[in-house]
Amino acid sequence: MWAFIHKLGSPKWFYGISAKLQPWFWAAAALLIVTGSLWGLAFAPADYQQGNSFRIIYVHVPAAFLAQSIFIAMAVSGLVFMVWKIKVADMAAAVMAPLGAAMTFVALFSGAVWGVPTWGTWWMWDARLTSMLILLFLYLGVIALRGAFTSRDSASRAASVLAMVGVINIPIIKYSVDWWYTLHQPASFTLTSRPAMPTEMWLPLVIMVLGFYCFFIALTLMRTRSEILRREANKRWVQELVTGQVVKVPAEEAR
Amino acid sequence: MPLREHNGGLMTAVKATLVRDLTLLLRRRGEVLNPLVFFALVITLFPIAISPDPELLAVIAPGLLWVAALLAALLSLDSLFRSDYDDGSLEQLLLAPQPLVALSLAKVAVHWLLTGLPLALMAPILGIMLALPAGSYAVLALSLALGTASLSLIGAIGAALTVGLARGGVLLSLLVLPLYIPVLIFGAGAVQAAIFGEGVSAHLAILGALLAASLMLAPWAIAASLRISING
Repeated sequence: MWAFIHKLGSPKWFYGISAKLQPWFWAAAALLIVTGSLWGLAFAPADYQQGNSFRIIYVHVPAAFLAQSIFIAMAVSGLVFMVWKIKVADMAAAVMAPLGAAMTFVALFSGAVWGVPTWGTWWMWDARLTSMLILLFLYLGVIALRGAFTSRDSASRAASVLAMVGVINIPIIKYSVDWWYTLHQPASFTLTSRPAMPTEMWLPLVIMVLGFYCFFIALTLMRTRSEILRREANKRWVQELVTGQVVKVPAEEAR
Repeated sequence: MPLREHNGGLMTAVKATLVRDLTLLLRRRGEVLNPLVFFALVITLFPIAISPDPELLAVIAPGLLWVAALLAALLSLDSLFRSDYDDGSLEQLLLAPQPLVALSLAKVAVHWLLTGLPLALMAPILGIMLALPAGSYAVLALSLALGTASLSLIGAIGAALTVGLARGGVLLSLLVLPLYIPVLIFGAGAVQAAIFGEGVSAHLAILGALLAASLMLAPWAIAASLRISING
């Protein structure tokens, strides 16, 4: 058990195993997203109330799912880093933050675009939009805090603490915003009151969600790998790895 | 001679921290008064910017008072650990044999006593100026007293994380403001409920619950953050 954790914590081992895993996740992501998009955008029936505009759901919902999951993943990585001092966990958390912020932005933007045909306005202080906006600020806080430290170790630990504090607060914020919304704006037309979806609309959505998750895992693996190379640049195995590719032209010939 | 001689237990250390911080802050009265002046100033800006119409002001008064008090509390956070960090006494707190969790809780308690509590006591006066409907003044003060305690605890995490940074002020507000939102919702909600004549106990109970949760969890995060800031 401990040997496994230590092995998992070694950047070198992670670099090797992620190289093997990465193509599978990329392939799965590409397959699922292409299938889901084609099915959802071209073949799924139009909504009887919203017409074709409902199809934005196939981008909006997966992005919103990811936006929340990435924050949790980031906090778990932070916890793993703080407890077991596993550097790879922190590298993963570091590369996840901008990705999560981007997904939150995509969810907000697609929500705003969706708002035009359904609500007739780009922005409404809808409970979900509001909590997404707060989530975006939480992401920006974590990114900014990490960037503010000069010492990398302090930056990692501070960002981990903030991510954990944030993840405890997310459900509290979500419920208080829901409560606030129901108090102020008695439901006019919310996305929740939409009739239950038929299977042919719902299945492509599931495929898209899975595709987005695979995309996220593949991208995190890829970016963690480059983060490993960047942070471990002065380690021997990285230098061997890098020069091993470059040295095809020997130093003598290059002169 | 033993290397580490305990001169008293946990309560002695907590009391010493309380007395020290209170003495220090009471000698720098300006620092205590600044958030209050800021609170009054911000409240003055709104009638000027929006409208002096009492009816309109009465509608927005609960939210205005709560937002202004929240910003005033936020403004005072940066100095919570700053001077102790600069003169090295924060390191002494870390080195003390007593747990840092308890000592940082004492520091936060003093911060609330000299920031949150005065803000809560002052809010009804500003409420009169904003034509806040009668019957909501006690709830305003009580909700602010309860709420600012949570704000001090949550804000102290941000203050502890940014105390080692040269320009932590703006970053501090970016970190802390999103976490303040639940307290703001229920605090302003309590005052609004009092105006509409609805029951306020639910709001106050949730504010109390938020305070209990932050009392339980925040000190650990504050202590961990202080360690990060000192070692980094």
